[in-house]
Amino acid sequence: MRKTFETEIQQLKDELLVLGSMVEQQIVGSVEALKKRDIDASRRIYEIDLQVNARRYAIEEQVMVAIATQQPMAHDLRLLASILEVSGELERMGDYAKGIATINIRMGEQPLLKPLIDIPRMAQKGADMLHRALTAFINEDADAARAIPLEDDEVDNLYTQVYHELMMFVIQDAKTIERANWLLWVAHNLERVADRVTNICERTVFIATGEMKEIRATDDENSK
Amino acid sequence: MTETNSVFETRSLSIFYGNFMAVTDVNINIPRHKITAIIGPSGCGKSTLLRAFNRMNELVPDTHIHGEVLFEGQNLYEKNVDPVEVRYRIGMVFQKANPFPKSIYENVAWAARIHGFKGDMDELVESSLRQAALWDEVKDILKQSGLSLSGGQQQRLCIARAIAVKPEVILMDEPASALDPIATLKIEELMQELKQKYTIVIVTHNMQQAARVSDYTAMMMLTGETRAGTVIEFEATNKIFTRPSDKRTEDYVTGRFG
Repeated sequence: MRKTFETEIQQLKDELLVLGSMVEQQIVGSVEALKKRDIDASRRIYEIDLQVNARRYAIEEQVMVAIATQQPMAHDLRLLASILEVSGELERMGDYAKGIATINIRMGEQPLLKPLIDIPRMAQKGADMLHRALTAFINEDADAARAIPLEDDEVDNLYTQVYHELMMFVIQDAKTIERANWLLWVAHNLERVADRVTNICERTVFIATGEMKEIRATDDENSK
Repeated sequence: MTETNSVFETRSLSIFYGNFMAVTDVNINIPRHKITAIIGPSGCGKSTLLRAFNRMNELVPDTHIHGEVLFEGQNLYEKNVDPVEVRYRIGMVFQKANPFPKSIYENVAWAARIHGFKGDMDELVESSLRQAALWDEVKDILKQSGLSLSGGQQQRLCIARAIAVKPEVILMDEPASALDPIATLKIEELMQELKQKYTIVIVTHNMQQAARVSDYTAMMMLTGETRAGTVIEFEATNKIFTRPSDKRTEDYVTGRFG
């Protein structure tokens, strides 16, 4: 009985990793497409998003079946509940990438307000944090999970930098407001990605220790 | 858990069958008007511990205890305590329903009558059967034999019989293990009703049942060189089944052994 269940859990973890790497690709790819103003590439982000959503539902279904058939307790229960939560987080991160793709498509013929430098850095950093957060999750490594959210400050600083830069454009020429706003929205989405990485890390600590609490003292969602 | 909210308190309780120590060094407080489940692998002393709460172990020859079982602050094992009186105040329901080969009415009335009940017997029978959630099913067949009922109904009849003598505690030893899921659910829902008035201690092999019905859970295991059973973790049920402190509890509730 236990062996069957353990195989199921391993499969779920594998599925979650696949989902995570698709979302990483989405995040980096959506910014890459924007940077190159490649509309076709942005449309492909939409297609990946459909797959991401479908995989998320499949994971949810599998978790539900495991709960119904195995009646998990203690660590097993915490793990399954967390897989549900994390698959949802990943799907939302995919939506942020899709949002960035939408911006590229909507911008149409308009050129970028400025060359993208910090925004791709934010994307890279976010994807990198996500990658390590998922590795920590799969390994149930609470120490690694506690360390990753501290790097969120780096993403926040890049966001602030982008924000000030864009504001300078707007102050100098009010006609740039729409193009500045698009890029600001892109940066905002990337900043949210990093916040959701923190949620994944919190779940890892929960699985490993049973402790459910925020790793960062401030709730970024509410403070913005 | 403060002491005044405890019905039972065991102090260094060990239980012996002859020279064999079945249970060792149990120190737990059973909270009032709550359901406490005792779980653990087979042969770890769950039923032995349960029976220590109303001196039922004494019906097995050569059984004795070390330590104390305090019931409302009074040691149940002191010389001047009458075990029959103890068993009136602390009722018991067994794994296999065991109605007397008498009418449904007599099953409920009998113990109360022996106990010197002088009030309105019809009323007592009705209220006991109502509390046991059986009245509607048997009110027109009270003269029929208790043995004519289904297994689940017989078990509820035994609960009504236990309630009729107005106990303070009801001990249940695997009360639903011989019942189908629907009858089991009835017993479990009944337990939630009963805990308003009574303190319930239940031994169960069914972990999902312990998780569903109980407020507190005592996890027992064989430990040490003597391989006697003891309580290794006693906590709120929600904690035991989501984040137990003891690795052995974790292994047991996740099905790694037992």
